[in-house]
Amino acid sequence: MAIDIPQSFWLYFTFFILLLVDGIWCMLATYNLLRILIGLEIMMKSVTFFLVVAGYLSHRMPLAQAMVITVIVIEVVIVVIAAGVVLGFFRAHDSLNVRNTRGLKG
Amino acid sequence: MSHLLLLVPLAALVLANVVPRSWRPSATWVAFFVCALQTVVVVLPPLGLADWSFLQPLDKAIGFDIALDGLSLLLLVSAGLAGMAALMASNPGLKAPRERFLFANLVLVALIGINGMAMVKDLFSLYVFIEVTAVATFILVTIRHGTAAFEGAWKYVIMSAVATVLMLSGVAFFILIAGGASLEAVKTALAAPDPFAWAAAALFLCGLFVKGGLVPFHGWLADAYMAAPAPASIFMAGIVTKASGVFALIRLSSAVFGDALPARWIFLVVGAVTLVIGAFLSLGQSDMKRMLAYSSVSQIGYIVLALGGSPQLGVVAAALHFFNHAVSKAQLFANAEAIEVSLGTLSMDSMGGLGSRMPVTAGTSAVASLSIAGLPPLAGFWSKLLIVISLWQAGQYGFAVIAILTSLVTLAYFLSLQRRVFFGKTAPQWEGAREARGALLAPALGLAVITVALGLGFPFFLSMILGGGQ
Amino acid sequence: MTLMTILLILLVLASLWASMTTLLLRATIALALASAILAVVMYSLGATIAAVLELSVCAGLISVVFVSVISLTQRKPFKDYVARRMSRMSRFWPLPVVLLGAGVALSFVHAPVQVALPLPSAAGDVRLVMWNIRQLDLFGQILILLTGVIGVLVLFKREDKDGD
Repeated sequence: MAIDIPQSFWLYFTFFILLLVDGIWCMLATYNLLRILIGLEIMMKSVTFFLVVAGYLSHRMPLAQAMVITVIVIEVVIVVIAAGVVLGFFRAHDSLNVRNTRGLKG
Repeated sequence: MSHLLLLVPLAALVLANVVPRSWRPSATWVAFFVCALQTVVVVLPPLGLADWSFLQPLDKAIGFDIALDGLSLLLLVSAGLAGMAALMASNPGLKAPRERFLFANLVLVALIGINGMAMVKDLFSLYVFIEVTAVATFILVTIRHGTAAFEGAWKYVIMSAVATVLMLSGVAFFILIAGGASLEAVKTALAAPDPFAWAAAALFLCGLFVKGGLVPFHGWLADAYMAAPAPASIFMAGIVTKASGVFALIRLSSAVFGDALPARWIFLVVGAVTLVIGAFLSLGQSDMKRMLAYSSVSQIGYIVLALGGSPQLGVVAAALHFFNHAVSKAQLFANAEAIEVSLGTLSMDSMGGLGSRMPVTAGTSAVASLSIAGLPPLAGFWSKLLIVISLWQAGQYGFAVIAILTSLVTLAYFLSLQRRVFFGKTAPQWEGAREARGALLAPALGLAVITVALGLGFPFFLSMILGGGQ
Repeated sequence: MTLMTILLILLVLASLWASMTTLLLRATIALALASAILAVVMYSLGATIAAVLELSVCAGLISVVFVSVISLTQRKPFKDYVARRMSRMSRFWPLPVVLLGAGVALSFVHAPVQVALPLPSAAGDVRLVMWNIRQLDLFGQILILLTGVIGVLVLFKREDKDGD
């Protein structure tokens, strides 16, 4: 693709931080379990992006790509398991409100 | 032989799933056999009783980038023991045959993950195996569909994902700065005074702190341990949390950080804070498993604190306390399971006087409690002594004093547990309580015997370890 | 303002939309959109195979998982929408402001600390790296997929009354 790729680390780092903050805020400010999962996904996207950038800037793209492929596989398994836990939670409590998870306090 | 440690449990897993349905109950014993085999096979070479080097052509043929060394042996043996205890306890603890079968499968997967963690030479591969073990453990927590199970599992999943993000950011930085994430590359990057390298290392360490349940990331641990069914708690407390978090720290400390000052200070501070807070959180608990969970947090703080001491002795002390804690905590959770099976509850306020009804459980639990609290001549005494000595040698007198004082708090909450559960008058509703069945007593007895034997024979073991090189 | 910068801004906007929208289905679509934009970014940075995987797995598979779980846990009637939206906005409105501020602040960082880039070693093909050098990661992938299958068996299967 013949587009002009910036070589500046700080540009990419800025966007990494922005995505990360977006994901964290989403996870913290929501009451819905599935929304927390979406925030988690955004965070993982930010890290995937940063891995690719690291590979690009240091001319180690094959290594970084191999890692990113593994991370994507792990990410999908985690999302499936987390979705299963949400489902189980819903079947047990009949609600997706995270305020119901205070039952184990002690 | 290193590759067999990864492939044999996998073969057992595949085998357990392709055999006919009616053979499935034996899956627990197949997994038990694999764990026992691992423990025995790994211990033989240092004792000079066997030489597995004839298996090297197999290793070369497959060619994974793994290496087996003294520190790996420690984790492999601990994992084998904890796996054996958990599998033996799974039959009384889980009623449905389907649950038992899935439990055995998941323990095998987690075992492969832990074996991998013991042998990798690369930060990213370490991360991959940590995730494998973590995913297996998430499922273990929910294997019995209770309402609390999903809550505990959810907290564990989320905190684990946070740890993932931290660890991968660290790896990405290392790719950028050092061109790779192998342990040698990281070591070279840290040796050059580069603040970015230390920032990356700090990110990765924070990820490991979350995985290991160190303060301030300890919130998920108690909930996960409590929500999991008892055999899963034995496995989790006995090895999983420690392997994912603390073992990686021990490995990094000996292979990468060495004597580096920032790393030592991080370990000292985080270890001390975890140690103290975990101990005080244990004091106020009324649920037995919850108290044991916070006690685990505190002991993990001890292990990390040891890493901040003098370089050689600190790692040995941390490794020894790691092993002792794995054995004793697995045993205490086995005791908790015995009580839960007999009584149906783990609320210590309603218990009392169980000592006369459940003598073996009481006896073994006393052994484990005193060992963790650090009383001679049990094994825990030696590891705590080594920790204090390593701190003293490094000139960290303040931290050594903190370690000693918190041992007193540890003794206090364990004595409180013993008093509330086992001593005193038997409460009327527990008149009919009976001692647990053999399948639950055997792991508790076995682990207690190991604790006592290690404690009594420790000087001999120490000369063997320091002489043979670890 | 290169094309790459525009793509990255779109990526952040898509994930912002995913966080802030009230309806979960819209959030899932926004997430898929963000994955697609990320795939384009990755492709233009040279990670072609990883971009394909990101597109098919994250934009495709994960969206399917999300949509199925959303449909299985549908509870709130639509008429609560306005009330929910109000309460959500009160918690979420600072987010775009924070992001804008952080973006502007970070754009002034042209730190004198230049990231030390080592000499490029002999670059290999990613397929070579995956199969010949990092087989351990492949082994880990296989393991985690197996575990995922076991997880699905444990979590998604409803207990039958007649056991197993």
